Amino acid sequence: MLILALESSGLVASAALVSEDKVIGEYTSNFKKTHSQTLLPMMDAVLKLTGIDIKEIDAVAVSGGPGSFTGLRIGSATAKGMGLALDVPIINVPTLEAIAYNACGTEGVVCPLMDARRNQGYTGVYEFEGDTIRTIIEQQALPVEEIISRVNALGRKVIYLGDGVPVYRDIIEKSTAVPYLIAPMHMSVQRAGTLGALAVQYYKAGRVETAAEHHPDYLRPSQAEREYAEKHEK
Amino acid sequence: MDKDIYILAIESSCDETAAAVVKNGREVLSNVIYSQIDIHTLFGGVVPEIASRKHIEKINPVISRALSDSGMTLSEMDAVAVTYGPGLVGPLLVGVAEAKALAYAAGKPLVPVHHIEGHICANYVENKDLEPPFLCMVVSGGHTHLVMVNDYADYTILGRTRDDAAGEAFDKVARAIGLGYPGGPKIDKAAREGDPRAIEFPRGHVRESDLDFSFSGVKSAVLNYLNDCHMKGIEVNTTDVAASFQASIVEVIVEHTMLAARETGARKIALAGGVASNTALRTAMEEACAHHGYSFYKPSPLLCTDNAAMIGAAGYYDFINGIRAGLDLNAVPNLKLGER
Repeated sequence: MLILALESSGLVASAALVSEDKVIGEYTSNFKKTHSQTLLPMMDAVLKLTGIDIKEIDAVAVSGGPGSFTGLRIGSATAKGMGLALDVPIINVPTLEAIAYNACGTEGVVCPLMDARRNQGYTGVYEFEGDTIRTIIEQQALPVEEIISRVNALGRKVIYLGDGVPVYRDIIEKSTAVPYLIAPMHMSVQRAGTLGALAVQYYKAGRVETAAEHHPDYLRPSQAEREYAEKHEK
Repeated sequence: MDKDIYILAIESSCDETAAAVVKNGREVLSNVIYSQIDIHTLFGGVVPEIASRKHIEKINPVISRALSDSGMTLSEMDAVAVTYGPGLVGPLLVGVAEAKALAYAAGKPLVPVHHIEGHICANYVENKDLEPPFLCMVVSGGHTHLVMVNDYADYTILGRTRDDAAGEAFDKVARAIGLGYPGGPKIDKAAREGDPRAIEFPRGHVRESDLDFSFSGVKSAVLNYLNDCHMKGIEVNTTDVAASFQASIVEVIVEHTMLAARETGARKIALAGGVASNTALRTAMEEACAHHGYSFYKPSPLLCTDNAAMIGAAGYYDFINGIRAGLDLNAVPNLKLGER
């Protein structure tokens, strides 16, 4: 089994090639160039380096959201194009679950946090049993104070990770009432290798979709739709 | 006999998700368009984020349909062509990312196509005899360009709008007189019942340049007229306003095109872009061309609005001229004509 994993939901762009038992190659970058310019060259570099032909892959895994709307679509459209051309399925891995999986093995809970602007975070809470991830709180957009109070209510040790942590670090430090850890930088970002490892489990469980039906889960309507709904409620 | 060239073309620069298969730049084997217009009508115009989301949902079915309608497979294509600008960045990125992945996975060359060149090349599809050089007036919701097509993939801009695009003025005026979105077809229809000489709106000339346009003044004059009527309690004749406004736009477009033909010695004149489907413009341009003895070309209305067949036509000429994009191709929302 060979899975191509693509991650472009946040600041990081990442591409990896994953088999059933190993991350064969991974390329992750975190700088200002747009994902549109970096994602495919990175994927190409991984394939070239490993000498694997794109036609050998069995599925394309993609970080399915939430995240930057544009970033998500670059990943999705790339996955959909691959899926259509190669006639392989798409594995839509929730972004926050994939970030949380970076901390697989911890005994406490994991709280990934992405900056969703407007004082909110895209967040969720997860725990592990062996290499299996379990969802305690589904991924959603929440005010940062709210997610911290929900974490506190669990009464368990927590690891915070994700690109929202530096943004909301003050609130986290002030409001967290349980023992906590802020993950080091290499664990704190989206990585296609981690996404791919999780995607192997999804693939085995038959949790795949067709390239035609795949689309990102934005977790938020567009601003125009939000304003339209507000206007028509009054 | 040269080998036939088949291009799979993808277009997503605004609110149409489109794909087509085109043979040798002139023969359309399939032309699939998913229009999002109903959704955007709710908001009175194209909402980029909503358009981008719809593109993601529709792009694979549209491409698959284009291939199946053509009776061909991706592996039989010689290249994948995609619009990379100008347009709305979010929508453009969907097509660009999809096309790059398709081309990469299928091992096909990727051809980056300029949206406006696509509109111009729509004329090749139905006019098999049309060859450069010719003069082309491109008028759409986002663009107003008077272009000399020197050769395939060689263009000189002779005139452009200094402010609003012609189609933009149609949309704004349509909204002001209560016709709604999209303004072009609605004004076109209303104008047929009105008197184009009822109200004298200003002509969109630009003092320093004979071939440039300015449509924001015309639009403001219409808004002022409506306001004035409102103040004086005069009932507005919507069809007369539509007809008079349309006449002022059409007159300037035709006049500048004729002037450009005189200056360049061009004998062939074409229309292109969404506003090229406006019946008054088509008739006026045709009459002016007949009067001066110029050949007149226009795409059928389906090929005037955004579509991928035109991108396949332009992509073919780019392809045979050796134009290719790398894996790092990005969307360029403000791409200028003649730039790469």
